[in-house]
Amino acid sequence: MYKIVKKQALNSTVTMMDIYAPMVAKKAEPGQFIILRVDENGERIPLTVAGYDRAAGTVKIIFQIVGATTMLLNQKNEGEYISDFCGPLGCATEVEGLKKVCIVGGGVGCAIALPVAQKLHELGCEVHSIIGFRNKDLLILEKEFAACSDKFTVMTDDGSYGRQGVVTLPLKEALENGEKYDKVITIGPLIMMKFVVATTKPYNVPTVVSMNPIMIDGTGMCGGCRLTVGGKTKFACVDGPDFDGFEVDFDEAMERSRMYVDFEAREREATCNLFKKEVK
Amino acid sequence: MAVQPLKHEMPVQKPEVRAKNFEEVALGYTEEVAVDEANRCLNCKNKPCVQGCPVNISIPEFISKVKERDYEGAYDVISQSSSLPAVCGRVCPQETQCESKCTLGIKFQPVGIGRLERFVADYHNANFTGEPVLPQSNGHRVAVIGSGPSGLTCAGDLAKKGYKVTIFEALHLAGGVLVYGIPEFRLPKSIVQKEVDALKKYGVDVQTNVVVGKTITIDELFEDGYEAVFVGSGAGLPRFMSIPGESLKGVYSANEFLTRSNLMKAYKDSSSTPIMHAKRVAVVGGGNVAMDAARTALRLGAESVHIVYRRSMEELPARKEEVEHAEEEGIIFDILRNPVEILGYHNSDDRRDPKNGFVTGIKVIKCELGEPDEKGRRRPVEIPGSEYVIDVDCVIMAIGTSPNPLIKNTTKGLEVNRHGGIIVNEETGATSKLGVFAGGDAVTGAATVILAMGAGKTAAKAIDEYLSK
Repeated sequence: MYKIVKKQALNSTVTMMDIYAPMVAKKAEPGQFIILRVDENGERIPLTVAGYDRAAGTVKIIFQIVGATTMLLNQKNEGEYISDFCGPLGCATEVEGLKKVCIVGGGVGCAIALPVAQKLHELGCEVHSIIGFRNKDLLILEKEFAACSDKFTVMTDDGSYGRQGVVTLPLKEALENGEKYDKVITIGPLIMMKFVVATTKPYNVPTVVSMNPIMIDGTGMCGGCRLTVGGKTKFACVDGPDFDGFEVDFDEAMERSRMYVDFEAREREATCNLFKKEVK
Repeated sequence: MAVQPLKHEMPVQKPEVRAKNFEEVALGYTEEVAVDEANRCLNCKNKPCVQGCPVNISIPEFISKVKERDYEGAYDVISQSSSLPAVCGRVCPQETQCESKCTLGIKFQPVGIGRLERFVADYHNANFTGEPVLPQSNGHRVAVIGSGPSGLTCAGDLAKKGYKVTIFEALHLAGGVLVYGIPEFRLPKSIVQKEVDALKKYGVDVQTNVVVGKTITIDELFEDGYEAVFVGSGAGLPRFMSIPGESLKGVYSANEFLTRSNLMKAYKDSSSTPIMHAKRVAVVGGGNVAMDAARTALRLGAESVHIVYRRSMEELPARKEEVEHAEEEGIIFDILRNPVEILGYHNSDDRRDPKNGFVTGIKVIKCELGEPDEKGRRRPVEIPGSEYVIDVDCVIMAIGTSPNPLIKNTTKGLEVNRHGGIIVNEETGATSKLGVFAGGDAVTGAATVILAMGAGKTAAKAIDEYLSK
């Protein structure tokens, strides 16, 4: 059992937790992920590491409440326990030797982009961050990004905060104005990453994307997380989750992510109803 | 007394009933049938059956105890050689091992050794109430990576010799392939749990959610004070065929499909893990895993399930009993067929059509058998122009696995062969790295439970010798 040491709502749909898991905390690096189960009948879900405190033995996760499992997880409070917490899995984001990087985060993906930005900043790399949200209410981690970025832009779809528009807008401007990035690292919804890649490709700026497909074991056993990268089948859990954005087949990845939409909708409904009953 | 020429039949659930439930198919001998079957054993002098057993159980000796109705005595005999009798009595390919050597089998059917082993183990599990006699601790610590058949066996043997053993398991539950791979209807999970609990009584510590190679490395295990390490991490990444359409929704590896159903209990309504309840299913492959996947799909409600296999019934690598059970349950064997493409639904007028990207069929080509290959199995040769489509909404690839790179990539000095399997000395299980031993699928690639157990046993003996020096 793994204790929830700290819990904090970042906005109405996104929650942050620090989980006591010293073995994972000792090894975790930005870009890696963990797999957790909330309770005995729970499913295994992957969440990318949003931070870690090696001394305290805790790992930070930030999740959006989208389905039955994240709903259950969000019902747990500080001091309570979850059944399983396994990791760190996957390969860490490559940060060595980078001098100037643009980090592009979207929505809850910013939670995963942040430790990468922080690590690069620590290593003395010039960090430009662009983070985007649907609206002001969904904005998270603004201060944290500001603290580790040399240039920082917040975008909202509806203009309720920062600049109005999508994240690719300032990225395109920067590239047009001759910014020379060693790398663009982007983490967020598949459709956003697809458009980030479409933006950087004409400038041939190496672009790393963080893939988060459906997974079960997370150790290279089931192949459920397979993607087509450069025409070859790759497993996100052992070969990734970071991949060369120019090579990823995004349309296929988006299609595969919808495999269980019906089931997920039913489970979400059932979990909602369960909570409603408990409240009564 | 005349010899009863046929094995006593194993009582089973009726095919039409069992095809709709996940309860165990074979029900086990009653005491009377077990004693009658034991009495078929000639107790011959040269005991060829023992040579046929990868862990050399003293078979005639335990059968003699069954004849005397001393079932605990029989269990003790088996326990000297095997740590998982209730498992092996169910999943071992006895017809190619012990029973294939049985003297009685020359003229008649061999003794039902596996069925007797199962009876003895089940009797013990149901009736034994004593506590095991714990050995004196020898102070040595050994780490075992993986809690599948090889790891459990190695840990059990060492614990019984007084070693302090810690098993590290990557998943949230111990048992390895016995819990994620082999379905409930063939091996009830409560039996695996009993075997794991029995090890814990011997002082074995089982740590779940630890991925060696990620959470901790082998070198760090040594730094933490472990004096020897056994790697029984199993096979790994599932193979696909590299044919068009393998990324469509509804295409599973057998590992994924079975893990969802077995480990995650997706066949139960109470599970929050999804699985596709397909109507028409094709399983590609002819091994035990393919049979397990096909029969699981059937139990999840499929109306038709096809096994697509490129050779003939004679070459099917699955256990004969599993093939027979599958046939009785109505699995369709499309033999001498090789898949060339998986077809999917694409509505070009409506990108948002929810059916888009789901499997609609599998195109196969007919084959005939040609010259034997290096292993002596006749090679399938495709017949040009014979392609046709089987309408299915789910395809399960059960064509094997290739070793997991996690441990190899993080362990300096551990040599692997060109397939990625860990290289060992077959006599001892010793690897190229001092103090590190290995066995099971991580060494051989996909094989059987009993071979993995044999390897775990060999390594336990070698580790004992290594640490006793």
